[in-house]
Amino acid sequence: MKQSRLILTVLAFGYAFLYIPLFSVVFYSFNDSKLATVWGGFSTRWYGELFRNEQILDAALLSLQVAATSATLATILGTMAGLILVRFSRFRGRTLFSGMITSPLVMPEVITGLSLLLLFVSLQQAIGWPGQRGFTTITIAHTTFAMAYVAVVVRSRLLAMDESLEEAAMDLGCGPLRVLFDITLPLIAPAMLAGWLLAFTLSLDDLVIASFVSGPGASTLPMYIFSKVKLGVTPDINALASILILIVTIGLLAAWFAMRNRRT
Amino acid sequence: MSAAREPVTWKRITVAIPYLWLLVFFLLPFAIILKISLADPIIARPPFTPLFDDQGQLSVTFDNFLFLLTDKLYAYTYLKSVFMAFAATVLCLLLGFPMAYGIARSSSSMRSLLLLLIVLPFWISFLLRVYAWMGLLNNYGVINNTLMFLGVTDQPIQIMYTDLAIFIGLTYSYLPFMILPLYASLERMDLDLVEAAQDLGASRTQAFWDITWPLARPGVIAGCLLVFIPAMGEYVIPYLLGGPESLLIGRVLFDEFFVNRDWPLASSVAIVLLLLLVVPIVFMQRNDARQAEAE
Repeated sequence: MKQSRLILTVLAFGYAFLYIPLFSVVFYSFNDSKLATVWGGFSTRWYGELFRNEQILDAALLSLQVAATSATLATILGTMAGLILVRFSRFRGRTLFSGMITSPLVMPEVITGLSLLLLFVSLQQAIGWPGQRGFTTITIAHTTFAMAYVAVVVRSRLLAMDESLEEAAMDLGCGPLRVLFDITLPLIAPAMLAGWLLAFTLSLDDLVIASFVSGPGASTLPMYIFSKVKLGVTPDINALASILILIVTIGLLAAWFAMRNRRT
Repeated sequence: MSAAREPVTWKRITVAIPYLWLLVFFLLPFAIILKISLADPIIARPPFTPLFDDQGQLSVTFDNFLFLLTDKLYAYTYLKSVFMAFAATVLCLLLGFPMAYGIARSSSSMRSLLLLLIVLPFWISFLLRVYAWMGLLNNYGVINNTLMFLGVTDQPIQIMYTDLAIFIGLTYSYLPFMILPLYASLERMDLDLVEAAQDLGASRTQAFWDITWPLARPGVIAGCLLVFIPAMGEYVIPYLLGGPESLLIGRVLFDEFFVNRDWPLASSVAIVLLLLLVVPIVFMQRNDARQAEAE
């Protein structure tokens, strides 16, 4: 269908708006000059410095560990929550449950972060746990908000799914656990994978909540980046951003091509 | 007997695990925030008075809330946050609606690529995307260098560390959240309806307001709330792009807690922010539930 000229103009402007900042970061990551906005010739030295910077590598490792653990926990809990929302129509406290599971989606990060930190501090006073804030507390915080996203993804998949398969298995004498593991879970596996990836990305991305619930000595990658860019544009962060842009672009394009080929 | 009981037991366990998790790590923290917002700040660890004093008397104070209500700076900060979030939402809608419309009306192979390009920035670190604007908006950044090169201006125009920069940052960061729900409702729309209206003599504007807009409304509502609510509590964007005086409530809360170490006041700031957001949040959940039912 032919598009009006106005729509095409807005589309072009919108995509330019979304992508010019990203291109500019990649461009300046090859800038030899230490002054990030003055062009000093082509160089890849910032990429080399990046991999010699142990603080960055430590922070990246912590971030990856937190992201993998919290994404896995969030997928388990979020899948259960999604199943509950769709398949268990009545139980005591359902309204509270559905309210609690969807609220983290829209809760401002500063509130989530502050409330969880205050919880951890109170718990520590009351029962002595968690002794130190770091990996454990960040993982719990990320799991809590990411499970909401997983639950939403799983819920929409379950709503679109044909319930008669499960009913047929049940009629043929399958126990509920067998139905769950042999029928339901394989059918919602793509949604669970999507949910896991989403949870992983959200965890890697989070700065505010981690800054609240983390303790001294434990810095995630966003926390490290933030502490550097607060002071201004730096060339090694440009290089780091470019690597991330490259990974995401390749990953998403690969997924897109794979899906397109399967369809045709 | 056991066969009939089994599903009930499993059902209980399945419900209990995520339920308990949310009670402990989502609901309980709010109870604690509320408790601390009613305490006095003291110099101790933790830095606030306990709920029950030495004699076992309940000790609560509304001083923090009274302070927030009477302090001009706080009233200004809340209002400004609402205004900035609202303005960013409007800008996202103005830019996002025609974009979502254009994507929904393009050919199916083009459509998936265009959608992918909307989602892609979302997978790249939020912090780094905001950071990217620092390089563009600086006094000697890409935009100013280009303008000076073109001779539009011979002095750099101050954009960085102004409200305009925050505004750009908010719109840029939250635009995908506006486009995706809009696209979802526009894509489902039956184009024949618009054609039928035009065949029956409606003008294009009329057809838009009478057919397209009402059908897109759930998407408009969802998109606007998805932008407005998180923008209200934004911390990174005002910190990096705004100046030191860019008082937005998310940043004030953060500083009150970490810089001034006034935990009770920070908690009260959070409670008031939450109260401001309760209406849009409930509205959003209703809108979601209605859409889920429609499906």
